[in-house]
Amino acid sequence: MLTTRIIPCLDVRDGRVVKGVRFQGLRDAGSPDELAAAYEGQGADELCLLDVSATAEGRAASLETIARVRRQLALPLTVGGGVRRADDAAALLEAGADKVGVNTAAVERPALLDELAARFGCQCTVVSVDACLDDGGYQVVTHAGRERTGIDAVSWAREAEQRGAGEVLLTSWDRDGTRDGYDLALIAAVAEQVRVPIVASGGAAGAGHMAAAIEAGASAVLAASIFHDGQTTVAQLKQSLALEGVEVRP
Amino acid sequence: MDRTDVVVVRTGTANLASVLAGLERIGARARLSEDAADVDRAAKLVLPGVGTLAAAMAQLRANGLDRALRRRVEQGRPTLAICLGLQMLCEASDESPGERGLGIIPGRATRFSNGAGSGLRVPQLGWNGISARSGCRLLQDGHAYFANSYRLAEPPPGWRVALADYGGPFVAAVERGPVLACQFHPELSGSFGMGLLRRWFEAGVDGGGASC
Repeated sequence: MLTTRIIPCLDVRDGRVVKGVRFQGLRDAGSPDELAAAYEGQGADELCLLDVSATAEGRAASLETIARVRRQLALPLTVGGGVRRADDAAALLEAGADKVGVNTAAVERPALLDELAARFGCQCTVVSVDACLDDGGYQVVTHAGRERTGIDAVSWAREAEQRGAGEVLLTSWDRDGTRDGYDLALIAAVAEQVRVPIVASGGAAGAGHMAAAIEAGASAVLAASIFHDGQTTVAQLKQSLALEGVEVRP
Repeated sequence: MDRTDVVVVRTGTANLASVLAGLERIGARARLSEDAADVDRAAKLVLPGVGTLAAAMAQLRANGLDRALRRRVEQGRPTLAICLGLQMLCEASDESPGERGLGIIPGRATRFSNGAGSGLRVPQLGWNGISARSGCRLLQDGHAYFANSYRLAEPPPGWRVALADYGGPFVAAVERGPVLACQFHPELSGSFGMGLLRRWFEAGVDGGGASC
C-alpha cells in the first residue's frame, strides 16, 4: 500500500534556507544541505526545494545548492523556482532534481506544462498552485504572492492536470507560515476535480493538521517552519500519524 | 587505465545526477555513456529512464544501443534497469502503442486503472511496500519510492519477482542472476535502495550469490 509522504520544504534564497509568513518577512533557517541530511535522517519521504527569490528576481534556481543537496540525499527531490522553459527544467534535473515544479511561468504561459510533460513525463512535472481565499472561492496568486491573478485556483489545477502535470503542490497563501492548519476546503475542492496526487502545503503545526489534510484528499503533506524551528521532527510526526490511522513509511 | 566500475547509459533526460549520486554513495566509480561499445564492455551497466517509452527507445536505436543491451542482458551480465528502464526491457507498453521494447522480459506494461470510484491517483508517486517472492537473491521486503503511471501487472515467466500493490498487485522489480530491473527508484529509496544497489553491485560478474 502506498504510504502518506511527509515532505519538509526548504525555501532557499541566496544559498540559505529562509522562512517567513505569507511569503514575507523571511528569516534565516539554516544551510540547505545540512537540513536535507537531517531530515532524511528523521525519516522524511521526499524533499522540496523552492528558490523563493527566483521568480521575483527573474533568476534561475541555484544549481549549486541543488547539486550539494543531491550529494547528501537518497530521497526524491522536487525543485521549483524560476523555471520558464523546458531547458530550465533540464538544468535542474541535471543538477540533481527528480521532479520540477512550475508556478508563475505556467500561469502566464500554460503550454509550458505540455512541454515539460512531453519531454520529461508527467511524473516529473509538478504544478505549484498558490491560492488565496477570495469571495468564498480561491484565486491563484503569483510572483511569490504579490500578484492576484483573478484565476480560479480549482479550474487552474484541473487545466494543469490536463496539460500534463502529474502532481499538484497546493499552497494556501492565507495559511503559509501561520501554523493555523492547512486550508482543508481548498484541498477538498481541488481533490474532487483532479486525479493526480495533491501535496498539501501552508499552515501545518502538527500531526492533527496533517491527518486532516489526508482525510480531505491530499496524498502528501508538506511543512517547513515546524521542522526548521525544531518544534517537531518527521519521526515524531510519523508516530502520531500512525496512531491516527494514517499509513506512513516506517 | 579506465577505472570505471559502472557505466550509466545516458537515456535522454533521466534523473542522472540522482543515479550517479546513489552509485557514488555505495562506493562505485560511475560514468555516463551513450556509446554501444561501452554498453558491450562495461563490467556493470545501469539503464535509467524517465519520460516515454517511444522517446527512450528512439534514442537507444539512434546510438545502436538496443542490440548491445539485448546482447548483454541475454548473456546475463550485470545490468540494472530503473523505472522506464524496466519497461524498455519488456515487449511493449500501452504508453506508446505501436512501439516495441527490447522484448527481453515477457509482457506488456499497462496503465494503472483509476476508473471512477477507484480513488486511485495516477501517477503513483510515493513509497509503496514491496514483497520479494521466495528465491530472490537481491530483492528484499521493504518500502521503495515509485513514480510511474504504467506497470507490468503479471509476473513474467523466467524471472524472480517482487510485488507491490496499487489498486491491485503489480511487478515492483524482477531479477535473473545479476540482471535486476526495478519499477521503483533504488537511488531515491533511502537506505532500502542503497542496500539493494550495494547487493547488485557486489553480486559479481559470475552471477553468483549475493550476500543477503
